[in-house]
Amino acid sequence: MVLAVALIVLTVGSVIFHFWSPWWWTPIASNWGSIDNALLITFWITGVVYVAVLFFTAYCLYKFRYRADRRADYEPENTKLELWLSGLTALGVVALLTPGLIAWNEFVTVPENAVEMEVLGKQWAWSYRLPGKDGKLGTTKTKLVTDDNPFGINPKDPNGKDDILIEGENLHLPLGQPVKMLLRSTDVLHDFYVPEFRAKMDLVPGMVTYFWITPTRTGTFDVLCAELCGVNHYGMRSNVTVDDKAAYQKWLGKQKTFAALYPKAAAGEQLAAVRKDSKSKQSVQ
Amino acid sequence: MSNGVFDDVQVIPPAEVDDVELYHAHSFITKYVFSQDAKIIAIQYSATAITIGLVGLVLSWLMRLQLGFPDTFSFISPDQYYQFVTMHGMIMVIYLLTALFLGGFGNYLIPLMVGARDMVFPYLNMLSYWIYLLAVLILTASFFVPGGASGAGWTLYPPQAILPGTPGVEWGIILMLVSLVLFIIGFTMGGLNYVVTVLQARTRGMTLMRLPLTVWGIFVATILALLAFPALFVGGVMMLLDRVIGTSFFMPEIIQAGELLGTDSGSPLLFQHLFWFFGHPEVYIVALPAFGIVSDVISTHARKNIFGYRMMVWAIVGIGGLSFIVWAHHMYVSGMNPYFGFFFATTTLIIAVPTALKVYNWVLTLWKGNIHMTIPMLFCVAFILTFLNGGLTGLFLGNVVVAVPLSDTMFVVAHFHMVMGVAPILVIFAAIYHWFPKMSGRMLHEGWGQFHFWVTFLGSYLIYFPMHYLGFVGVPRRYYEIGETSFVPPSAATLNEFITIMVLIVGFAQVVFIINILVSIFKGKESGPNPWNATTLEWQTETTPPSHGNFGDELPVVYRWAYAYSVPGVDADFVPQNMHPDDVKGSGSADDPSGHH
Repeated sequence: MVLAVALIVLTVGSVIFHFWSPWWWTPIASNWGSIDNALLITFWITGVVYVAVLFFTAYCLYKFRYRADRRADYEPENTKLELWLSGLTALGVVALLTPGLIAWNEFVTVPENAVEMEVLGKQWAWSYRLPGKDGKLGTTKTKLVTDDNPFGINPKDPNGKDDILIEGENLHLPLGQPVKMLLRSTDVLHDFYVPEFRAKMDLVPGMVTYFWITPTRTGTFDVLCAELCGVNHYGMRSNVTVDDKAAYQKWLGKQKTFAALYPKAAAGEQLAAVRKDSKSKQSVQ
Repeated sequence: MSNGVFDDVQVIPPAEVDDVELYHAHSFITKYVFSQDAKIIAIQYSATAITIGLVGLVLSWLMRLQLGFPDTFSFISPDQYYQFVTMHGMIMVIYLLTALFLGGFGNYLIPLMVGARDMVFPYLNMLSYWIYLLAVLILTASFFVPGGASGAGWTLYPPQAILPGTPGVEWGIILMLVSLVLFIIGFTMGGLNYVVTVLQARTRGMTLMRLPLTVWGIFVATILALLAFPALFVGGVMMLLDRVIGTSFFMPEIIQAGELLGTDSGSPLLFQHLFWFFGHPEVYIVALPAFGIVSDVISTHARKNIFGYRMMVWAIVGIGGLSFIVWAHHMYVSGMNPYFGFFFATTTLIIAVPTALKVYNWVLTLWKGNIHMTIPMLFCVAFILTFLNGGLTGLFLGNVVVAVPLSDTMFVVAHFHMVMGVAPILVIFAAIYHWFPKMSGRMLHEGWGQFHFWVTFLGSYLIYFPMHYLGFVGVPRRYYEIGETSFVPPSAATLNEFITIMVLIVGFAQVVFIINILVSIFKGKESGPNPWNATTLEWQTETTPPSHGNFGDELPVVYRWAYAYSVPGVDADFVPQNMHPDDVKGSGSADDPSGHH
C-alpha cells in the first residue's frame, strides 16, 4: 500500500521534474537538430513506457495486496500475451532506431563542400590548424613535434607552409559553412566537446578521427575535454567563436601561418635535431 | 496433459551414479578457514566482497564531497579525486558485484538449489576464494604504494593509464593489473565449478527446465564470464608488458611533455575493444543473477508462480548471447570506424526486447498474486523501478546518434549507476533479507529493514534521477570541478550539493544494515527451516543452516518445477519441489489441467 503510493509519487514527481526543472540542454548552435529530435522521440516513447509500467505495478501492489481470505491465481504462462508484448516492444524499438539511424547516416556522411580544420589536443591544451590559401592541410607526423614545430608539420610538404596555426586562443568558425573537424592527439586520448554543437569525438594518438558540423548560430562557446586525459583533464578548456562571414574573414586575416610563426622548422632545419631526440626511451619513474 | 515443465511427474528414474563421498573436515581450520564447503566459501566470498564494497562506498562519499562542495576540502586533490573515481568503479563492478553474485550467491545457492551435496570440485572452489582474497589485498595495497592507486578511470584506457600525468603510474597501475589478472584466474576456478555443478550434479528429477531462475541466471552469467574475462585478461597482460618492459601493444608514437617516447605503432583502440568485449557482458554477468534472484523472490512473496517461466529462461539465454555483439556501443565516440554505429545500435536495441519481456513478466507475476509486502519484496519492486529506469535510459545511449551528445556526460554516470549499481544492489539486499534465515537460522530485524529499505530506495532515486539532467545540460563526467563555464547554470551547483547530501544519508542507511546483520546473527528471531513457505530445495534441508553435505542421508528427488504456488486443488499455497505427488494434500492434484487456464 505504502509502496504503491510511493511508486505513484515517484512517477508523477519524475514527470513534473522533467518538465519544470531548470536543467535542460543548451540551445543548439549546429545543424544537428536531428540529434535533438531523435532524443525527444526517445524521451516520449521511453517516458510513456516508464509511466505505464509503474502505474500498472502500483495498481497490482494495491489491488493484490495480501489478504488471508484470498488465494493467488495460477497461470504458468500465456504465450499469446507474451508474444503481443514482445511485438509491441519491437515496434517501439523500430520507432526509436529509425530516426536514430537516419540521423546517423547524416552524421557519417560528410558533405563535399565541407572545409577541413584540425583540432590538436595535448595534455592539457587545445590548438587548431586551418588550411591556408591552397585549401589543403599539410601532412603531419607525431615524430616531428618539437617546441619549434608544435603541430609536427612535415616541412617537405608544400601544403603545410601556409597552414594557419592557432595556439592558446579561440578557434573561430564561419556561420553556415560545413566544417570537417579533423582530430589529432600527440599524447593520450582527448575528446573535442562543445555542448552546443551536440557532436563530439575522441582524439586518438596514432590516428586522425573526425566529425562534421555546420555552425548555425553566432556566439562564443566552451570547448571541453570529454575523455579522461590525466590529472588536469577538467582544466583542458578553450573556446570556439562562430562568426558571420565578414567577421570571420577579418579574424582569419590576422592569423599567422606555419612559415611565419616557425620559419626555421618550416624550412626543414629542425629535422636533424628531432632525430636525435627520438632515441630517448619511455621513462616513467 | 503433462508438458514436462509445469506439471508434476509421478515417477523419477533411479540415479545413474552413486552419491559421492565428501571430504570431511575435522579441524576448525579446515572447516571454517581453508574450507571446501561451498556454503562456507560463499560466506567468505560475501564477507570479503562486502568489506571491500564498503571501501568503495567511502570512496564515493569522498568523490561526492568534492563534487558537491568544490574548493572546500583541502584534503581532496585532483590526484586523489581521480584515484577515488578509479578505485570506486573497479571495486564496485568487479570486486563487489561480480564476486558477490557469483562467488557469494553462486556458491551458496547452486548446490542447495539443484540438490547437490557440494560443488563438484570443492578443492578448486577453496583455491578460488583464496586467490580472490589475494587479488583484493593487492588492489587495496595500491593505496599505500609510492604514487598511490591508479587514477586512470576504471576503464584504464591507455596510453593515459600508463603515462605520467595520471596518478598511480609508478605502482598503482601495475598492482591494479596484477590484481585483475589474479581475480580472473580465481574466478575461472570458481566459474568452471558453477557450470559443471549445474550441468552434472543436479539431483534426480531436476531437469534443466525445472531449475529455479536464480540458478539459470547465475549459470548463464558464469558462462558469459568464462568467455568474457579472457579478453580483459589478455588486455591486462598486454598493458602490463607495455608498462613494465616497454612493448607497444597499445602505444602509438607519443610526444609527452616535449619528449618523444620510444613507443611505436600500437593501437589505443585495440585495448578499448578488448576491454568492452569483456565490459559489456560484464553488465549482464551482474544483471543475469539479479534477474534470476528477483524472479524467485517475487514469486515466493507474491505466492504466485513466476509468469512465463520458459520465456524467462530463453530471455536469459538470449540476452546472454546478444551481450557479446553489442560491446562497441561503449565506443560510439571513440574514433572507431563510424559505420560500426549502424550495427551496434541495432544489436543493442534488439536486446531491449527480451529485457523488456522480463520486466513485463515480473509485473505480471504480481498480477493476481497475493502479495506479502515483506522486506525482500519491497526491494524487488524497487529493483523493477530502478532497472526499468536504467533500461530505458539505455535506449538513449544505445541509439548511436542520441548517444553522441550524452557520451562522457553525467547522464552516462546516472544511467549506469541506476541500471548496474542501484538495481543489482537492491537485488542483493532482497536476496540477503530472503536467504539470511537459511544461512543463520534467524530473521533480520524487520523495523531496521524497513528503515534501510526506504532510505536506500528513495535516496538512490533522488541521487540518480536528477543526475541525468546534469548530463543533458552537458556537464562532463570525471571532472574534478566544473569551474567557470558559459553553459552550466549556478543552480547545477545546488543540485550537486543536494546529491552529495543524499549520498551521505544513503550511506548511513548501509551502516544500519550492517549492524542489523551483525546483531541478527546472534539475537535475531528464530526463523525455522522455511519462514517464507518457499518451494525450492534449499528451504527443505534437514537442518538450518544446512550442514556439510546440504541434505540428510538421502538426496531430495524433484517432482515438479520451482513455482508451484497457489496451485488449484491443493490445500497449502505452496508445494515443495521434492514433495511426492502422493503426499500433496488437497481436493485435486497439482497437475489438474483445469488449473492452468
